[in-house]
This record gives sequence, structure tokens and C-alpha cells, in this order.
Amino acid sequence: MATPTLTETLDLSAKFPGAVTADARPGYTGWIVEAGKLLEVAAFLRDEMGYDLLSSVTGVDYLPDEKMEVVYQAYKTTGGPGIFFKVQAPRLDPIEVPSVVPIWPGADLQEREIWDLYGVKFTGHPDLRRILTWEGFSGHPMRKDWKEAFYEEDAKPFKSRWPEGRIKMAEERNPFGDNVTFDEGFDPEKWTSNDPEEALYTSLKKYTAETSDGIKTDHILVNMGPQHPSTHGVFRAVVILDGETVVSLKPVMGYLHRNHEKIGERNTFLQNMPYTDRLDYFNSMSNNWGYALAVEKLMGVAVPERAEYIRVIMAELSRIQNHLIWTGMMLNDLGAYFTPALYAFEERELILDIFEAVAGSRMMCNYFRFGGLARDLPEGTLEKIKDLVFDRLAAKVDEFDRLLTENEILVARLKGISKLSPEDAVAYSMTGPVLRAAGVPYDIRRAEPYGIYDRFDFDVVTQTDGDMYARYLVRLEEMRQSLRILRQAIAGLPEGPIITGKPQYQVRVPAGEAYGRIEAPKGELGYYVISNGKPNPWRYHVRAPSFINLTALEKMCVGGKIADFVAILGTIDIVLGELDR
Amino acid sequence: MSNEELNSPGYEIPPELQGQVAVTTFDRIYNWGRRSSVWPMMFGLACCAIEMIAAQASRYDMARFGMEVMRPSPRQSDLLLVSGTVTKKMVPVIVRLYNQMPEPKYVVAMGACASGGGPFKEGYNVVAGIDKFLPVDVYIPGCPPTPQALVAGMIKLQEKIDKQSIKQVRWYDRKNKADSVYVPVPVLGPDLIDLRRVDELKELAAPKQAEEISEA
Repeated sequence: MATPTLTETLDLSAKFPGAVTADARPGYTGWIVEAGKLLEVAAFLRDEMGYDLLSSVTGVDYLPDEKMEVVYQAYKTTGGPGIFFKVQAPRLDPIEVPSVVPIWPGADLQEREIWDLYGVKFTGHPDLRRILTWEGFSGHPMRKDWKEAFYEEDAKPFKSRWPEGRIKMAEERNPFGDNVTFDEGFDPEKWTSNDPEEALYTSLKKYTAETSDGIKTDHILVNMGPQHPSTHGVFRAVVILDGETVVSLKPVMGYLHRNHEKIGERNTFLQNMPYTDRLDYFNSMSNNWGYALAVEKLMGVAVPERAEYIRVIMAELSRIQNHLIWTGMMLNDLGAYFTPALYAFEERELILDIFEAVAGSRMMCNYFRFGGLARDLPEGTLEKIKDLVFDRLAAKVDEFDRLLTENEILVARLKGISKLSPEDAVAYSMTGPVLRAAGVPYDIRRAEPYGIYDRFDFDVVTQTDGDMYARYLVRLEEMRQSLRILRQAIAGLPEGPIITGKPQYQVRVPAGEAYGRIEAPKGELGYYVISNGKPNPWRYHVRAPSFINLTALEKMCVGGKIADFVAILGTIDIVLGELDR
Repeated sequence: MSNEELNSPGYEIPPELQGQVAVTTFDRIYNWGRRSSVWPMMFGLACCAIEMIAAQASRYDMARFGMEVMRPSPRQSDLLLVSGTVTKKMVPVIVRLYNQMPEPKYVVAMGACASGGGPFKEGYNVVAGIDKFLPVDVYIPGCPPTPQALVAGMIKLQEKIDKQSIKQVRWYDRKNKADSVYVPVPVLGPDLIDLRRVDELKELAAPKQAEEISEA
């Protein structure tokens, strides 16, 4: 199980003298690129150095330095560590940075997010609109000098709550008595709205044609969602149809934008841990892990052996229940209304029982701590896990296989539809089962192992077709591989402490940046955390697989039937808490 | 009315009908029908929606209360289960869905977010509880509430239905010509505009200097 490691050292500043400098701030790594040379450097990294997967793009507001920074993280799909490079722009209006969409189309939605939240204009972006808030929203909320309506202080713990606890309702502090602010002189009667939907509708490709008989045909515009049983929550897609065929499609999101990142910058480091639970609410255990990894990198703290093994056990159990539920919900989308989902929920309850026993909560586990875990396994839990892993779950996965894999309807609906080539999948920054179904063997547990994944024997499951059926097969087999890892982890589970040092409420995090990423069940889940030495993170960014995997949604749907859109969305496996954050 | 009272109504029931006829009040039979077939809307907002599905699944089985028929259309549902964080971007949609539901209709705020904003209350895109816009019948605490808590909340809703009288319910009130619970759909402006508060907002946002002039 050799991990591909690269010993070469890349000196970008020698290659691009004057345009690229090493990031010399203490605790930082990577390169600072001149905005004008960004596309050239990006093309060089992708084409010559093999950094073909743009994992994450995000903005950081360095208000004290009067600078806005855009951070890019690129990785090689062959494995190994990634490269960070940054573009800095003076914090004046308008802040302009060239768009990397021509090089990495996967930056599309992420750049729109940075425009929405930070107000960085990406020149050359094909469709730069707001994404999480709405057109007409006042200001760019993630900027450090933008204050929300219920703003109290820059950082927690708030003086009103601790130590005296003189709490005032947020509504009483706000002049409007609600979570809203309006500029002075705002008159709701005279205020004329430009329709927030207008920009969206003009961004769609319209369809008109003439048949041989001279009959003019026109497009049909269909809004699916945000209240639609197939969209797995409050996701919305606007579709232009020619008959039943999709001509153009735009995802619309932000209906569950809960401001994780803004709240995360006010919270202390540990206070963010329960918030990570609520991102992908199926897999709170894996969400915890990604965040813990990032902060542990900054703190330089090691994790005890026993905690590492328990982390693997919890994350893999989480993956199994995620894929089980995915199969159930996917079959819901295909019309097998709720019967497969009931099978899945039966097993999920058993796995949640284990989570409840170890963490105290079924769904929102909040179980990981920096340098370990919150609690050890309670008595009897390991036996329950063993029962599930060695006995029950393997049989259940086989049962799913037997019932579904060769089912005629399932095959007819999934096979050969929404094919995504491996080149496109990488270009669109797809990760997780969707990428592996396209034939790219990229699994962070193997490509850049975290925790103790380098000790386990397992296969990176791939398929070659890249269609929806391949995505189904990948997930089915991944459950078996997870069970394989679980068996090894249970056998190797040592005794010992579960946390390094004493548990603490307030951790000391040295200044610097860190990117912690894990192979979450839905794809690469990354946390980009910047500390400036204070008790709160300066920047807390979540690289959400559900969000970035949707970049290719239009590509996957156009040319197909509208009924398949429902299934395609199902096979991507989105969860709205993580998508909108 | 207790069961014993119902079974001994105080007048004679012919022996051939005994055990086959029950005498009850109209309210009771009306409420019994409604409380045993509450159709929730198939509408999930966030994390709580997953526990809502879990409550529908085999272990907790909401079908025991006649509540397993989830309707994706508001026109066919009796109950709006607000299961998750209400955001400013979503609230116009929720209000519109509520307005589209036919009477009698109920709203249950499931979880901390729907009840009062929960952990996300301070967020700039979050509405601090659905009760800022819709009349809530039952609040269920928890983050997320366990399926047991949801079932307990549903039993509370049934108790509430049991106490209603057809003489007083708003949907049969003749004086009540318009839909008495219609809520104007909020508008997404520079921030969320609650149309019921337009005058108030205008006053609060008025420039400070103008105020001084009027005082002088």
C-alpha cells in the first residue's frame, strides 16, 4: 500500500520571477501570485505539474492589512500533497481577480460564492451572480467590517453572557426588533425591487426552433423546488425544456444558508465543533474529523492510538449508514416510493444507537475533540459494533445487492445515463463516489492518508462507465470496503487514553493556516482554518462536497430527459445543510 | 365527555342495538376524525427533516397516529411541520405554502431553529423562529428533537385538536369572511421586508435629522 509521494520540490518563484513569491507569513505555506499572472501560473500547474484537481477556492478578508485574498488549493489526482497559491488584491472597490474557470471549470460556483460573500469580482467569469444570498442583498456579508443585524461582539464568549450572564434578547438590542437592518431613510413603500429572479432567468439559454412544417416551437421553463419532493430538501433548479429534453439548467441555492462561516468566525475554536455536525447532518462523525484535523495541524497535537482507531470505526460506520440511506432515497427518486428507504432506515437506526451510546446524541454527535475524543466507548458498545460489523451489516449489504443490482427498472433508469468522462469529472472538481464512478481512483484515504488509514488494507472502488449505474455500484462496493476497514480496526483497537492532555474548553491555537481534508461519504470535505493566535478563528471555511459536486450538474443533465434530472441529482448525493452552509 | 358518560347516555338503547351504537357529541366525532388523519406536508428544511423521516420509518412508525400520509402538495395537507432552520431566502416560500393550505391547518415548529432560531439565530440569513410569520400550534424542543420527541409533539397536537369545538373554530366562523390566517408573503429587499410591518419599518428607518426637525 505505498502512497505515491513526490520528492521533487517546486520553486514557483524561480519559474515566474517577480510574479510569484513564497508566502513567508509565519504559519503559512504556498505561493503568492500576481493577479495578472494567475491564469498563466494556474495553467502551468495543471498542465506541466499535474495539479489537475482544483480542490477549493475561497476568500479571506485581511481587514487590518487592507487586503483581500483568494486562496486556491490544487491537488494531483494521482495522490500526494497539494499546492496552495494565493492572489492578493487591495481592499478597494471594485476588487478584481481573474477567474480561473477557463482552466478549472470546477471553480464556477465557488467563485460565485466569493463574489456573493466577499465582493471579489472575477473578471472573465461566465455567470457571476449572487449564489447564497439573493440579488439585491445589501453588502457582502463575510467581509470583516460587515455586521449582521444581531451583531453583539466580534468574538465569543460575549461579555454579556460570561461570566456575569446579563443576557439581553437579541431582538431588544436591534432597533428593528428583528433580525433585519435597513439603511437610514429606507422606505419600503417607495422601494422598487428589480426582480431578484431576473438575472437568473436571463442566464438560461432559451430555446426556440421551427419544424419542417413551419410550426414555431418554444421552450418551457420549469422551476423545480425549493419545495419539491425530489430535491432532498430546499434545493431548486430552473430548467429550460424542449419537450422533455433539458436544454439548459441552473441550480439555485442558498435556501438553507445558515451562515456557518460567519458564525464560525465569532465562535471559539471548540464552539465550532457542534456546528460542524449540522453541515452534512447524516455524517456528523466525519464532519467532526475534518475540522479536528485542520485545528490539530495548527496546534501540532498528536492523537492517541485508541482515539485514532475509534475515529476510523465511527467514520466508517457513518459512511455505511450514509450509503444505505443514499440507496433508499435514490430508489425513492426512481419511484420505488419508500420501500427500499425503510430497509435502509432499519439499519441506520442500529448504527445511530451506537452513536447515541458513545456521543449522547443520535445525529449531532459532537464527538471529536482536538487531540482525541470526548468520551471512551461505554461498556458493551464494542460488542454491539462487532455484532453489526461481523454479522448483520454484511448480510444486509448483500441483501441490497440481491434486491436491487439486477432489478430491471433500476438498470433501465440508471444505465448509460448522465455519463461523465473522467476528464470532465476532474475538471469540474468532482470528488467522492461520483469521481470514482468515472474511473478516477482518487480517494483521500489513499491519496493523502489522514489518521491511520495508511495501516488498513482496502480497495479504492472504481467503475469505468461514469454513468448513474456506476455511481450506484461504487457506493454499494464502498460499503463492503468500509466493513473490511472496520474489521481490521476492531481487531487492532488498543487500550489507552482517548485524548492527548486534559480536555479543555479554550484551546491555544498558534497563528497560521491549515487545510484539513477527509474522504467524507459524499466526497472531499475540507476545512480551511486561519488562526491569528486569538481564541477565535480568523477564517473558517468549509469545502463542501455537496456544493462543489453540483458544479457539473448542468453538464450532466443537458441533453437528457427532465425525469432523469431527479435521478441525477439523487446520484450526486447532496445534503442541503452542507450545500448551503 | 368521558367514555363512561358516553356509554351510559341516560336513555334506553334497545337491546338489539346495544354494543353497536354509541352516543357521542358531534365535536368529539368531528375531532376524532381529524386527529386520526392529520396529513403532514412533505416538506423538509434541514437536519430535523431527517428525524422526521426516521419517525415515519419502522421503529417509531407515525402511522400509528394516522400521520403517515405525507403530501408534497400544500393543497392536500393539514399540517405544516417546519422541520429546520428558517432562512430569509426560504421564508417567502414557506409563507406562500402556508397560505395555499386549506383550513383546518396547523403549524408545528420542530426543533430549536424553527422555534426561535436555535444555534443559528445570530446568522444574517436566519429568521429567528417561524412564529415571526406563522401562528404556531406546537413547539418541539431539541436539536434535533428525537423521533420520540416528535411523536410527543404530535400527541400534543392531537390533544389540541380534541379541545376544539366546531362552534368556535375559525374556519366555520361566519363573521370571518376573509381567510383569517392569511399572511402576506414577505419580500426580499436589501433585507427581509415583513409587509405587515411596513409603516413601522419606515418610521424606524427614517433619517435622524428629519426627526430632529419635526421635534423642533
